[in-house]
This record gives sequence, C-alpha cells and structure tokens, in this order.
Amino acid sequence: MKKTYSIIIYIFLIFIFFILYLSLDNKKIYDTENIIGKKINEVELDLFDNEKFNTREISNYKYTLINFWASWCGPCRKEHKNLVRLSKIQNLKIIGVNFKDKEISAKIFLQEMGNPFSILAKDSDGKKSIDFGVYGIPETILLNKDLIILKKYIGPLDLKDVNEIRKIINK
Amino acid sequence: MLTKFGIISSSIALISSFILIYLSFLELKIANNKIQNKIYNFSLIQIIFSLLSFLILIVGYVISDFSMINVYENSHTTKPIFYKVSGAWGNHEGSLLLWINILVIFSFLFLTLTKNKNKNFKIFTLIFQNFLIIAFFIFLLTNSNPFLSVVPTPDEGLGLNPILQDPALAIHPPLLYVGFVGSSIYFSSALAALISKVDAKSLAKTIKIWVSVSWFFQTLGILVGSIWAYYELGWGGYWFWDPVENSSLMPWFLMTALLHSVLVLERRIGLYSWVIILSILTFTMTVVGTFLVRSGILNSVHTFANDPSRGLFILFFLVVMVFSSIFIFFKYAPSEKKTYGIFSKEFFILINNWFMIFFLAVVLIGTLYPVFLDTLTGEKISIGPPYYNFILAPFLIPLLFLMTSGPKHKWIISEFKNFFNLILFLSIFLFLIIFYLIKENNLLIGLILLFSIYLIVQTIFDLYENFKNKSINFSRIISHLGFGLLIFFISINHIFSTENNFNIRVGGEKNTKDYVVKFEKLTSESNKNYKSVVGNFEIINRKKLNKKILKPEIRFYNQPKTITYEASIKSNFFSDTYLTMSNISDTDVFNIKFQKKPFMTFIWFSVILISLGGILNIFNRKKII
Repeated sequence: MKKTYSIIIYIFLIFIFFILYLSLDNKKIYDTENIIGKKINEVELDLFDNEKFNTREISNYKYTLINFWASWCGPCRKEHKNLVRLSKIQNLKIIGVNFKDKEISAKIFLQEMGNPFSILAKDSDGKKSIDFGVYGIPETILLNKDLIILKKYIGPLDLKDVNEIRKIINK
Repeated sequence: MLTKFGIISSSIALISSFILIYLSFLELKIANNKIQNKIYNFSLIQIIFSLLSFLILIVGYVISDFSMINVYENSHTTKPIFYKVSGAWGNHEGSLLLWINILVIFSFLFLTLTKNKNKNFKIFTLIFQNFLIIAFFIFLLTNSNPFLSVVPTPDEGLGLNPILQDPALAIHPPLLYVGFVGSSIYFSSALAALISKVDAKSLAKTIKIWVSVSWFFQTLGILVGSIWAYYELGWGGYWFWDPVENSSLMPWFLMTALLHSVLVLERRIGLYSWVIILSILTFTMTVVGTFLVRSGILNSVHTFANDPSRGLFILFFLVVMVFSSIFIFFKYAPSEKKTYGIFSKEFFILINNWFMIFFLAVVLIGTLYPVFLDTLTGEKISIGPPYYNFILAPFLIPLLFLMTSGPKHKWIISEFKNFFNLILFLSIFLFLIIFYLIKENNLLIGLILLFSIYLIVQTIFDLYENFKNKSINFSRIISHLGFGLLIFFISINHIFSTENNFNIRVGGEKNTKDYVVKFEKLTSESNKNYKSVVGNFEIINRKKLNKKILKPEIRFYNQPKTITYEASIKSNFFSDTYLTMSNISDTDVFNIKFQKKPFMTFIWFSVILISLGGILNIFNRKKII
C-alpha cells in the first residue's frame, strides 16, 4: 500500500515539476530564435499626437527598429543613450512604443534623456505590445522593409547590440 | 574593497557550513550524549560571518558604494538613509542574502536553545539545515551575487523604485522572511525526527516554539504587505489575490494547520504523520512560492530582465528537496493508529487541517493553472478575485462553525452536544439586529456574518470563563476572536464600501450621495528626492456637517524618474476616507477616486489579534491534560 502511494506521488510530482520546467523554457516562444525571420502582424498604433500608425507603413523605410519602453522601467533608462546613438544612423527609423505609461511621465523622460524616436506610439494598457510578441520591457525588434523581423533584443540594448545593428544596416 | 570583504565573508560562512556537516556526521558516531564544543564553535563562526556579509551589504548601501553592482542598481545618494538600508533587501540578490541569514540564525538558535535530549535528533536537524544553507549560499555566490563589482565605479546609482520606498514595505520582507524561512527549521527537524526516531511528543514540544514564532511573523508580514498595498497602490483594496500575495498565503495555510496539529501531538500521540508532512510541506511551499515569484514565470509583464537560470536553480533545488523528503518519509515514517473518537478535539483539528489543505489547493490551483495552461496549450488566462471569492467564501461558514465548536470538545472522546445553547441564541439575536440594520439580502454574506458573530460571542464567553477559572488558554481565544472579527469586518467593509470616480478642476466641487468634495487648491512641494504636486481637498459630510481636509499627492521622483500617486487617507475610528488624484495629460483636469472604507482599522487590528495568539502560544505552558 505504502509503495503504491509513493509511486503515485512520485509520478504526480514528476509531472508537476516537468511542467514547471517547461514553463521556465516557455519564454522561448517569444525568443529571438523563434520569431526571427517571421513577418510581423498588421497592428494599428495610437500615436502621442492622437494620430494613428499602421505597421504596413514600415515598408516605406529601409530598416525600422521598434523599441518598447516606459519611463518607470529602470533598464529602459539604462539603454536610452544607446537608442540615441542608433537614431543617428541613416536608413534607420526608430519607433518607440511607450508601454503602460503615463503620457506626462513619458514626455518628461524624453525631455530629460533625449528623444531618439521618429515615431512615438503609446500602448497604455500593454495590449498592443502583445501583438508584437513583446513579453516584458525593454524589448527591441529590428525589421526590414518586408516587415520581417531580423533581430530581437530582450532587455536593455548595450553597445554590442548597437554595433550589431549598425553592421546589419551597413551590409 | 567592500565587495571583496563581502565575498570572503560569505565564503567563510559557506565553508563553515560544510565543516559543520562533516563534524555532525562524525558526531553521530560518538556514543556520548553531549554535543562537542567544535560544533558550537563552527556554528558561531557561521553565524558571525553570515551576518557580517549582510552587514557589509548594508554598509555598501549606507555609504553609497556604487562599485557594488547591487548598490548601483538599487540605490542613489539622495535616497533617505532609512530606504538606503531597506534597499539592501529590496532586490533579488540582497533578499536572498537576508533569506540565508535567517536560515543561519534559526540553525544557530535551534542548536543553542533546544532542550531536546536526543542528540542524534539535534545533529540530524543541524545537518539538514546546513544542506539548505549550503544550497542557498551556492545559489547566491554563483548566480545571484550581491557583491559583484562595477568597473569603473559609477558616480551615481540608478535608484530604488519609489513605490518600494515606503516604511511598510521596508519591514515587510524581513517579517515575511522570518516567517517563511523560519519554517526551514521544522522542515529539518521533521526529517531528523524520522531518521533519529525521536518520540512524537518531544518532537512536538521542540518544534512548537519555532512553528509559533514563524507563524506569528508570517501573519504580521502578510498584514504589513496588505497595509502597504492599501495605501501605496492607490486602488483602495487590501487583498488582490495576486500570485505574489498568494505565494505568501499558501505556506500560511500549512503553518496554521501545523500549529494546530502540534498542539495535538504535544498532548496526545495523534496526528504524528500530519505534523511531519505539514512541516515538510510548509517549507516546500515556501520554496515553491520563491520559485514562482523569482523565476518570473508568473508575471507575464514585468520590469526586471528575466533570468531563467535563477528559476532553474530553485527548481532543481526544489526537486532534490522534495524527492529526498518523500524518500525519507516513506522509508522511516512509522504507521500510526487512530487513537481518538469522532467529535473529539483531535477530530476537529483534523477537519481544520483538511480545510487548510482545501484552501491551499484552491489558491495553488488558481495560481498555477494559468502557468500550466500557457505551457501546455499556449492559451493565456488570468484568474482573479471572483474565482477565489466564489470558491472560498462558502467554506468560511463551516470553518467558522468549526472554530467555534471545535475547542469546546474534549480530547480523545467527546459527544456532540452543547449545540443549541445560550450563546448561539444570543448570536442569532445579535445577527438579526445587524441584519436588520444593514439590509443586506445576500444569503451567503448573511450566513458568514451570522457564523462570525457566533464565533466572536463564543470566544468572548470563553475569555470570561477562562478568567473566572484561571485556566487560561489565551492563545487560542485571542487568535480565534481575531479571525471572527476579521471575517466580520471584511464582510461589513465589503457591504458598505463606496467609490466615486470623477474629473474635477481646481476650485471645482462634486456632490456624491453623502459628501461634497471641494478641490480647494493645488500646491507644490520640494523634497530631497522628489517634487510633488499636492491637492487640497475639503470633504464635507452633508449629514453630519463635519469637514475633513485631504491632501493626495502626485510625486515626481528624480532617481529613477518615476511618478507615483500617493493616496490621502483619513482614518477615524469607524471609517477611512480615501482619496487619490491623477492628472489627465495636457489638461487642467484631475481624475479623482474618492472612497469610503468602513472599519479598515478594525481589519488591521483583527489580524494583529490573530498573530498575537500565535506568540502567546509560546508562553502557553499549560499543564498537559
């Protein structure tokens, strides 16, 4: 009897732990490898100046970088100077998607730190970002004009990433 | 410099843990019943260096040593000293070091204070506890080291999230951790008891104090977290069934069941397996909670960059811990005979245990189901308060009844009597008056109110009788009274809370059902680490014609740049007036959330009563019946 109990418990726990293990791995669904090379869905974004922006328009630009950020997010602050660096590259448009933020805080943030974004969109409830497969912020995706995702960066962009992006564009 | 000292100090503590395990195994072979001084000495070295490493981290924060990456990422020179100190445990690495320190402190206190005569039991407890300490030290030093340095040293730190800069949240983690991590010592004791075949009663006597202490702190920790959520998050709620809150509640259910079972085992040989299993499960559930919160699998959207290796480590540790515990349990657990009859006190405590297990299961499923569903099917759902309230609320009724009637029964054998008594009639009478006054027609809330009143009245009578007979079990009475009051006031609060949302300009006025809200003026203030806009509101009660001034704030913190919305709360004895304001961009209009929350202070007070019962339990050295 004791043995039967213990076997049942072991099997049950192995199942639970296995799922927990998979759930750790689950993040990879949004990871660079799985999403790279895929075309992004058509999404309509609300801009800060009350206009709309459809992601179809991305095909007008040679390369586009979409950065998901918020004024309340520490790592976003850390990567900001690198975005400003990137904004100086020709043939690259940077779209900022302000994630679950207050417009006023976002504006103060940009005033303070500089505005690298040619297009500034807002996603106040965080729902639009899900369409891009964004999981947490900061995240950044690099697209070509066919709307194909070339690169995805989870976490703050560092100098290495800046150089990598520069390389891709200059190729 | 400090970083080096930190690493050296924690390494010495780690090495002494290894030595302690080695010495302990040697000690097991010695027939003598006295533990050698060496073990005490190394235990002392371990605690000194472990505390020292934590102190070094705190010093790093206090003197703003930004060469420490942990200080750089979480602190700033303009932060008030109090939050500099509390910043040390306001992040993953620092809190892990605090966690280890509590493991070490409990290990040391157990070794030096426990009067249990069985040497092997003490030594095995020390061994298991040190396995835990080693595992977490390795985790700290290899994966989550707070003492890593940044080169070159930055001039300024990144700052601590302002919503964490709060007195309640500064003491919340230490309280909760003493509760959480304190459970490690009876986890180790339970395993040691199985192996060293210590007799059940002496196990119960040994762990009772640790269970009571950790339960007390856990209860207070949950309370403080809840108070923080109430006034800092600005939603006016105090419990959100958020996965992180659930992670603190799940071990609490188990600890509560354990606390009761230990009382049985202390007096009678009963529920031995329950005590063992609950001891193991409580700490396991603590680690599960830690896994859920720190691996990041629960929060689909969060600020901190995810580090799956953290989750992997805790999961691996959890697997080893759980499987070895089960193995030890099945290998060594003695078979137990039921020694009590139906309607005996033991029987009621057993039912209480099942209730706690049920509550645990409901909360665990609610917390894990979205994770499992997402992993297996990719579907994302979130489970919120309706699920918990719908499932848990009806079960409060039998639980309240059980808490009222259970303690009235005798040990071993008892009859089910005294049901229709004066107290029940008195409660029904009181209930009818209240029911008439509040005009609530929800049957479920009505029944919950009735049974909470029954529990309150009964415990007050018990208190009176206890005073009369001078045989005092204050512990149970105070806790049960607190629980009855808690449920009663939560229900009343639920029925009578009101909320008004509106937009208003400076100088404007808004009429609600009973109040006039006047926006008098807007002032600005400048503080060390933030600037704020303060609204001056006059709240006039139209019935009583009294006035209250409320001053909600919008704070602009400079490091990190963050805006927080500070609620203004005026509490009088019976009711809280709660007001938050937020600005609407590019306009001069402010959005106002105006709430009346009755009996909030009573809710907090009830939880304090509940926890007090736990601490009184330690002093309850009533003769064994």
